[in-house]
Amino acid sequence: MSKSLTFGEIGVSIALIALAALSLLVAAKAYTPEYAFHAYLFAAASVGGVYAIVNRYGARAAQTPQTVDGKPNYNMGPVKFATIMSMFWGVAGFLVGLIVALQLAWPAFNFDLPWIQFGRLRPLHTSAVIFAFGGNALLATSFYVVQRTCHTRLAGDIAPWFVVLGYNFFIVIAGTGYLLGVTQGKEYAEPEWYSDLFLTVVWVVYFLVFLITVTKRKEPHIYVANWFYLAFIVTIAVLHLGNNATIPVSLFSPKSYIVWSGVQDAMFQWWYGHNAVGFFLTAGFLAMMYYFVPKRANRPVYSYRLSIIHFWTLIFLYIWAGPHHLHYTALPDWAQTLGMTFSVMLWMPSWGGMINGLMTLSGAWDKLRTDPVLRMLVVSVAFYGMSTFEGPLMSIKVVNSLSHYTDWTVGHVHSGALGWVGFVSFGAIYCLVPWLWNRPGLYSLKLVNWHFWVATLGIVLYITSMWVAGIMQGLMWRAYTALGFLEYSFIETVEAMHYFYVIRAMGGGLFVVGALIMVWNIYKTIVSSNVEAVPAGRSQLAAAE
Amino acid sequence: MSSTQTHAPEIDAVTGTATTGHSWDGIAELNTPLPKWWLWIFYATIVWSFGYFVVYPSWPLATSHTTGVFGWTSRGEVASDIEDLKKLRSGNNAKLAAMPLADVTKDPQMLDFAKAQGKAAFGDNCAPCHGAGGGGAVGFPSLVDDDWLWGGKIDQIEQTIKFGVRSAHAETRAGAMTAFGTGSSPILKKDQIEQVADYVLTLSKQQADAKSAEAGKAVYAENCAVCHGDEGKGNQELGAPNLTDGIWLYGKDKAAIVYGVVNGRGGVMPNFAGRIDDATIKSLAVYVHQLGGGVK
Repeated sequence: MSKSLTFGEIGVSIALIALAALSLLVAAKAYTPEYAFHAYLFAAASVGGVYAIVNRYGARAAQTPQTVDGKPNYNMGPVKFATIMSMFWGVAGFLVGLIVALQLAWPAFNFDLPWIQFGRLRPLHTSAVIFAFGGNALLATSFYVVQRTCHTRLAGDIAPWFVVLGYNFFIVIAGTGYLLGVTQGKEYAEPEWYSDLFLTVVWVVYFLVFLITVTKRKEPHIYVANWFYLAFIVTIAVLHLGNNATIPVSLFSPKSYIVWSGVQDAMFQWWYGHNAVGFFLTAGFLAMMYYFVPKRANRPVYSYRLSIIHFWTLIFLYIWAGPHHLHYTALPDWAQTLGMTFSVMLWMPSWGGMINGLMTLSGAWDKLRTDPVLRMLVVSVAFYGMSTFEGPLMSIKVVNSLSHYTDWTVGHVHSGALGWVGFVSFGAIYCLVPWLWNRPGLYSLKLVNWHFWVATLGIVLYITSMWVAGIMQGLMWRAYTALGFLEYSFIETVEAMHYFYVIRAMGGGLFVVGALIMVWNIYKTIVSSNVEAVPAGRSQLAAAE
Repeated sequence: MSSTQTHAPEIDAVTGTATTGHSWDGIAELNTPLPKWWLWIFYATIVWSFGYFVVYPSWPLATSHTTGVFGWTSRGEVASDIEDLKKLRSGNNAKLAAMPLADVTKDPQMLDFAKAQGKAAFGDNCAPCHGAGGGGAVGFPSLVDDDWLWGGKIDQIEQTIKFGVRSAHAETRAGAMTAFGTGSSPILKKDQIEQVADYVLTLSKQQADAKSAEAGKAVYAENCAVCHGDEGKGNQELGAPNLTDGIWLYGKDKAAIVYGVVNGRGGVMPNFAGRIDDATIKSLAVYVHQLGGGVK
């Protein structure tokens, strides 16, 4: 068969050349140097993309086969890339988190440099761990799981590569933007309009790749993990568009203004913010749990019926819960009521995932003693259960009146982020790496054990210090004397937090150490010369991958 | 394609539960019924939520919303909380407003009240500059020592709080350290400033070049004594600091003194009259006065 450029290769190349030209124009006329810098990055990335397509054309066979020896020719290149990026951004994001924790305990860690002030590093930390670390883990596992559970090669030729590369380029733009002070000031949605537009394109392609892969599946049914992945992809698209409905000042300005105003803007922000938790950090990672826990435990999923009921109730109820972030504000009381009650009703649907995760181990509990990877996955589900109980509890107005704006919220978020999202991703990556690189196993299970204990200790220090600090802070804020005056000034409450901030930073430090142990272990696994013969029932990867 | 077929449901040996017969990449699913406790708690949260909908404002209507059976609103709750606090304070506040400051310190009950109100107001209004404990910082006077720029008697403190220092208020405490070394024709020459700084160092028994300090004495007498006094004891009428007590607002070393003589000094304290009520200002005066340095 003669080799020719595919429709996709030609189309993407033309689009990238056009983007490069537009970026150069914007760079030349940009109002601010930060925006010009970003435009140059866009131009360079577009040119690099065209170069990669041409290079790949020279190296590739006439046509990528859909199957090899009657088995699906899985496309694992983008999965490998996203796996490694997940580790890279994870370590970067955890480190930045440690720096901001140190800044809160000892402000001298600001070093009086504007680029690393708390206000700029904090969104860098949150976005790096949620969207860069978590997002790449979701990309990697979703592309892996959808292929294996649909028994078919990933849809698209360069589309999957465009998704993983484009997404990581978006992260570079977002992250450098935070340090340079480019922000639209919306929590978890800080990137400005041009980054948002680019991400929209990437996300639509992601959705199409995933959906078409599911459509061409060789299995009669769609596996539960894929329901959750699809819910995550669709809902994040809707949230992203709703909360980033902005009008740029000019094509040549990075600044834009949101079309919503006042309390409606606040409501949109927290509809977005809470469902980023619900559909990015919950639905997406539940999908991960639904594949890797039964796979690693080698047990059937506990209850198919529970998976259906908890999936649909979770999807239906979560989307209403956002107003609980705006209790006792200008948001009308009726909306606060709905946000609170739907959060409480969400408790059991959330726990459905925990039950299915934990009970899948029936008959395999003994493996927790010998397999630290499975232990990590199971403990992640336990943290999931704990923080999805704590969440509805904190959404109740009387509890919220104490907890809101305090470090209790920070502790709650981190029991979910470090314990659930972090551990389930670590567990999944520990499983994935030997499978992707055809290794008989990890370099060292002992190191996984060390990672597990060091990181668990870190999480416990983190969340207990923040519980104590947060509840103390809330109580000090509301303490009145018998004569009717506030007992403490604000600065006294800040002073009282110091020791807990130190303990929190120690916990964060341990979590970073654990992640570094993991990076070493993963690196040694990948570079190991101990290549496993491909086991029966698993197809050989194509040479190019 | 072994994995594409749907198997007949099988019984899982460990749990004794049937599978659904589906299998994906080797993962099967049990057909376990929903856990009863899970289902009943889920129903309970739904029932509780519907009860809450009835009692509290909840569902939006075309132009309004359901108000709940008791007509509760969060604004109403805040208003009543504030009302309760005001009521709790009102008796003492009325008494305090009518009482001369000197009498407040003699009435133990009113003193307690003023101190409590003063502490709360201090945290909100004064602590950002003077520190939570009133210890001050460079450029912001300490309120716990017995060195006062504008007087440490309770009514002098009250006046300072009310009208501020070099503030926008018409009755502000005014007067600032002159800049002796700026402009095209400065009042003092560079070597004169060095000399007077050396002399000022000796006033607080610090090390200084004796010859230079001797020369500075005359410069001091001509230029500085009018405000700071012949012996450097300062003048609270003008806010001129005492130069002999070893307490320094901007630093005790020669460089800080030279900088002050060259450029002048004149920090600003805002006036609080018009921002907080008179009874609270009185309470602040009582609170600051008893921090440690108040003059009888």
